[in-house]
Amino acid sequence: MKKYSVDEFGFYGDFGGAFVPELLYSNLEELKENYKQIIQTEKFQSQFQKLLKDYVGRPTPLYFAENLSEKYQTKIYLKREDLCHTGAHKINNTIGQILLAKALNKTRIIAETGAGQHGVATATVCALMGLQCIVYMGEVDIERQAPNVARMKMLGAEVRPAKSGSRTLKDATNEAIRDWINHPKHTHYIIGSVVGPHPYPDLVTTLQSVISKEVKTQLRSKEGRETPDYVIACVGGGSNAAGLFSEFLENEKVSIIGVEASGKGVNSEASAATTILGREGIIHGSKTLLMQNKDGQITEPYSISAGLDYPGIGPLHAHLYKTGRAKFISITDDEAMQAGLELSKMEGIIPAIETAHAFAIFKYMNFKKDDILVFNCSGRGDKDLETYRTYFNY
Amino acid sequence: MENRIEKALSKKKKLISIYFTAGFPKLEDTKSIILALEKSSVDMIEIGLPYSDPLADGPVIQQSSTQALKNGMSTRKLFTQLKNIRETVEIPLIIMGYFNAMLQFGVEEFCIEAEEIGIDGIIMPDLPIDIFQKNYQAIFENHNLKFIPLITPETSSERIQTIDELDSGFIYMVSTSKTTGSETGFNRDTLDYFERIGKMKLQNDLMVGFGIKDNSTFNKASKHTKGCIIGSAFIKHLSAEGIDSIGDFIQKLK
Repeated sequence: MKKYSVDEFGFYGDFGGAFVPELLYSNLEELKENYKQIIQTEKFQSQFQKLLKDYVGRPTPLYFAENLSEKYQTKIYLKREDLCHTGAHKINNTIGQILLAKALNKTRIIAETGAGQHGVATATVCALMGLQCIVYMGEVDIERQAPNVARMKMLGAEVRPAKSGSRTLKDATNEAIRDWINHPKHTHYIIGSVVGPHPYPDLVTTLQSVISKEVKTQLRSKEGRETPDYVIACVGGGSNAAGLFSEFLENEKVSIIGVEASGKGVNSEASAATTILGREGIIHGSKTLLMQNKDGQITEPYSISAGLDYPGIGPLHAHLYKTGRAKFISITDDEAMQAGLELSKMEGIIPAIETAHAFAIFKYMNFKKDDILVFNCSGRGDKDLETYRTYFNY
Repeated sequence: MENRIEKALSKKKKLISIYFTAGFPKLEDTKSIILALEKSSVDMIEIGLPYSDPLADGPVIQQSSTQALKNGMSTRKLFTQLKNIRETVEIPLIIMGYFNAMLQFGVEEFCIEAEEIGIDGIIMPDLPIDIFQKNYQAIFENHNLKFIPLITPETSSERIQTIDELDSGFIYMVSTSKTTGSETGFNRDTLDYFERIGKMKLQNDLMVGFGIKDNSTFNKASKHTKGCIIGSAFIKHLSAEGIDSIGDFIQKLK
């Protein structure tokens, strides 16, 4: 019996499920009844593997970061998801889901996006497959992420502003869900993280698990063993983390570390440290930990990185947190920016600011010299240059 | 004591149920709106507990919710406002909200307070029926609260039969697969759906909601069902006309 997989009711321990209006029941039921079977077919697998290899550029390297290892006196590997086409791990999921949508004869694709990375990854696969693409994006995010809006438009997607509520990622997600309610038959919703109602958290984890599968093979040839001592990844909704953790969840010898954004500090009221500030509740159809006021109204998180300022975490991560299987560390804006700078200067890799959070944990941990650490270098920093530039006064 | 919803459903007429968002347009309008609705011979009232992220609702109800929350509405506030409502109001009162608000208040505590006030039923669109049955049905029953489930044109006959096994007072029949307030009329498919479900001989009565805005849509939707629920159109009326002409709005429906 696997302790950290989704159960037959769509729950990870106390978390998950599908707390959605009846209006979505048939959409989710169709997906739930079919996704596992479709993913297992030879046709799906051959297309998926081929696209991951030739289009995404997989396998991504597992890079031994010698300079960083020397500085922190431990063995540091980077799983280079930042080298994927479109600049982050997000495309692993969108490639898989577009094939799933095709198998289900869907002709219209919708997605939500915060910073625009998932929107770009979705627009990309829709361009590739010739499917109509509508991306919901908070009005506020559209203003501050103009380059990604332009990318989506070049790729042929329609970017629709989410004008409700706080006009950011959570509202874009609400709008995408409402669109799905209004278009139940021919539309597939490509959710971007391991969040939302069952079966999405499991579906996205399954598609992202390619990350940890590759790590096992690559580590075997580099270290003569398949399992690292630590796997470390940043967690917003948690898809890059779920992808890196998935193959190691049941092996308790592997320590799991999730890194959250504490923004200006956990007590600053400008934070996204969900495991510290959140309580159990329901967001976007899933029971999980989320930031909310005492009445259960969802509150707006803050982080300098647009990809981490989501008020919840995926139900898998809530389960890992509650059971103690994973340790969560929260990192401030300042710590993340310095870590991003350090990785740039020492290894020649400019990470996305989301990713940079993971590299700021060294002062909170005592790693041994022969510990093997695998970090998910989940995205590249191109999209964040403006933020870096402003922050460091370049 | 007989549940007021059952009593209303036993009337030999088509019923009008009105939804409004508590705390909108003004925080303290709740009681005045309820009194005006009863005076206008409305048969049931759904009191919306506003939520920050109402997934099943379209822009009209959503904006009224955002405004109500800004005005200071909360679960506690609503219960306080409704405290002595049963001294004057006799028609069924139903609370409609999203499950997270109930969960944070405490499901049992919520039901206790609702019973004390004299609430008759609860509509929680995002509390799935299987989880309700497994975890909360006994609590609802202990506090004389009907759990009113939703069905849609996409709900299979088999699932409707399962849903009908609950003693829920009525089934909330969503007219189209759309969020609230988005329909502009009923097409042939919708009318067929009303008739098909109407002929299923379910033990629970059917009330149609979503897309009812005037006399014409009311008549079409209630032909094969017990009556209709009007939400967005009423909120629009409140936004435009305020709370003084509620009677006129209801008159025009009949």
